[in-house]
Amino acid sequence: MRSLKMQPKLSVNIGKLKLKNPVMVASGTFGYAEEFQDFMNLKELGAIVTKTITLKPKIGNAPGRTCETPQGMLNSIGLENPGLEVFIQEKLPRLNKIGTPIIVSISALDDPGEFVILSRRLDKIKGVAAIELNISCPNLTHNSKLISQDPKATYNLVKAVRRATKKTLIAKLSPNVTDITEIAIAAESAGIDAVSLINTLNAMSIDIDTRKSRIATVTAGLSGPAIRPVALRMVWDVYQKIKIPIIGMGGIIDVSSALEFFIAGATAVAVGTANFINPKISHEIIMGIKKYLQKSNINSINKLTGSLKCNQ
Amino acid sequence: MLQIRSKLLYNQRVQGGFFRLVARAAGMIREAAPGKFVDIRIDDGYGPLLRRPFSIHRVREQNIEVIYEVLGKGTEVLSRKKPGEYLDIIGPLGNGYSILDVRYSILIAGGMGVAPLIFLTEKLAERKTQNAKRKIIVLIGAKTKNEILCAKEFTRLGCDVKISTDDGSRGFKGKVTDLLKKILPFVICHKRLAIYACGPRPMLKEVSRVSTTYKIPAQISLEEHLACGIGACLGCVVNTKEGFKRVCKEGPVFNAEEIIWPDC
Ligand SMILES: Cc1cc2nc3c(=O)[nH]c(=O)nc-3n(C[C@H](O)[C@H](O)[C@H](O)COP(=O)(O)OP(=O)(O)OC[C@H]3O[C@@H](n4cnc5c(N)ncnc54)[C@H](O)[C@@H]3O)c2cc1C
Ligand SMILES: Cc1cc2nc3c(=O)[nH]c(=O)nc-3n(C[C@H](O)[C@H](O)[C@H](O)COP(=O)(O)O)c2cc1C
Ligand code: FES
Repeated sequence: MRSLKMQPKLSVNIGKLKLKNPVMVASGTFGYAEEFQDFMNLKELGAIVTKTITLKPKIGNAPGRTCETPQGMLNSIGLENPGLEVFIQEKLPRLNKIGTPIIVSISALDDPGEFVILSRRLDKIKGVAAIELNISCPNLTHNSKLISQDPKATYNLVKAVRRATKKTLIAKLSPNVTDITEIAIAAESAGIDAVSLINTLNAMSIDIDTRKSRIATVTAGLSGPAIRPVALRMVWDVYQKIKIPIIGMGGIIDVSSALEFFIAGATAVAVGTANFINPKISHEIIMGIKKYLQKSNINSINKLTGSLKCNQ
Repeated sequence: MLQIRSKLLYNQRVQGGFFRLVARAAGMIREAAPGKFVDIRIDDGYGPLLRRPFSIHRVREQNIEVIYEVLGKGTEVLSRKKPGEYLDIIGPLGNGYSILDVRYSILIAGGMGVAPLIFLTEKLAERKTQNAKRKIIVLIGAKTKNEILCAKEFTRLGCDVKISTDDGSRGFKGKVTDLLKKILPFVICHKRLAIYACGPRPMLKEVSRVSTTYKIPAQISLEEHLACGIGACLGCVVNTKEGFKRVCKEGPVFNAEEIIWPDC
């Protein structure tokens, strides 16, 4: 009998960024982290992705902004945020005190050029570990489409931002496309370091008594366990087509759902809606992954990535 | 703010679809205050998925009490929990009522809105014993007499209780806000008044209108659908004169005059 348990390697690389473990929290679901400090040691997190920041402050959409749906929820927050400068002055210093990498999610309102301005500014800030391009935000339209709904627009944007920063760049992709792999390929060929998938699915829910949508903007983004099978399939599809790391997310709610994403091809995972249900769930997932690797005698999380076995 | 595994001590029907729940919550007692709430994870199996918020009805020793109405899946599942079972509870959350030093406190409850006002009354009653001139007037409104809750408890706490029902089955026939307008002329001369209200939106909107007209400071407890309950998702905002504010963090209690009400 072995007295000492094997200590599996949990660290992963996303571009130039090295994470001590592969569990991060998804943009928009963890506030600016301070809301969660009473519940867990935030330092344990592999990384924290901030709520999406825009150049100018954004007040967001009218309420109601959320509702519960079967095994999921809808949200239409509308990227409410204090804008880049307030973020840098007030939020970032506090985030940096945590001592875990801070990935800043950014988006642009109407002009994709703002992505470049934002990236250039963030490039100079030491406390920014990486930049996630939220090109799957339903508020940004490009010929009435999201950037991440068009391979060419994705390519051009990533190319432009790549010139503005040397920091690790992640593109967050939308599942609201016919073929997500062509978007991922476009981002990869333009020099992105990693892709995050998936953002929320376009969806809606109706109150039959009032015959109104439960959400003020009528349609909204679906998240939570309901989207997990879709997210997983997309991670698997993309994994077979690109070389760069995938950050998998969509309905991760416990250890086993997180592990599914690694097996499908994710290098790291992000926890979203589950933070609302159990604010210390990321801690439990990190511990659980370690246990699973020990039990399965796998010495590194990297070996689990894309380890899906052929059926038969 | 704490996340605890709390032992359920009591969970029984009060009347109709209303239940009273008592749970052990030792760590939460110190921070508990009238108007604050707890966010209860109803079911470990994610049915429903999100937590459900409930006002702190009162605290007794190491226990927190909640009263709730069975409305949908979450409260239905909750009503079937048995003493001895454990609940994952986060709290106390939000901003409660600030207690104002006035002669007349007018509490207005619509339906389930009585829940936090009992806790508030207990706090107001502590002050009342120091100064017997202080009065607490409680106006309770509901659709029918079957939905009137806690009237006796308010009386026991020394309040002057007045009731209204939409169908006239008990007390004044009409809206509780009509009752408010009826009694205001009798107390308004005292100047030092404060209103504390909790109930459905249309009621709170009318309370705000009346209190603004009469220049009476009014605090109202608002509801929104909460996703996180801790200020992280920005899903629960209401429109105020200072922009959007979160019901779960800056609220649920707001000064009536700061709210910008939608037209419908
Ligand atoms: C700060 C706060 C304090 C509350 N305190 C109490 C309390 O002390 N006692 C009590 O019985 N209830 C209270 N509520 C309301 C309670 O949270 C909801 O009734 C409950 O979440 C309904 O869950 P459900 O799954 O049973 O119903 P659902 O199936 O989720 O909904 C049933 C019906 O209730 C409506 N509803 C659901 N949640 C809310 C909400 N948050 N606000 C308004 N309408 C809602 C839905 O639109 C639907 O029509 C409070 C809400 C908030 C925000
Ligand atoms: C309330 C809420 C707000 C969100 N805000 C953002 C955001 O600002 N930027 C972003 O890129 N994604 C945002 N998302 C999407 C999540 O980051 C994540 O991609 C999605 O919810 C799927 O993961 P989940 O099922 O684990 O929640 C938000 C999701 C929710 C539920
Ligand atoms: S419910 Fe998430 S911020 Fe209020």
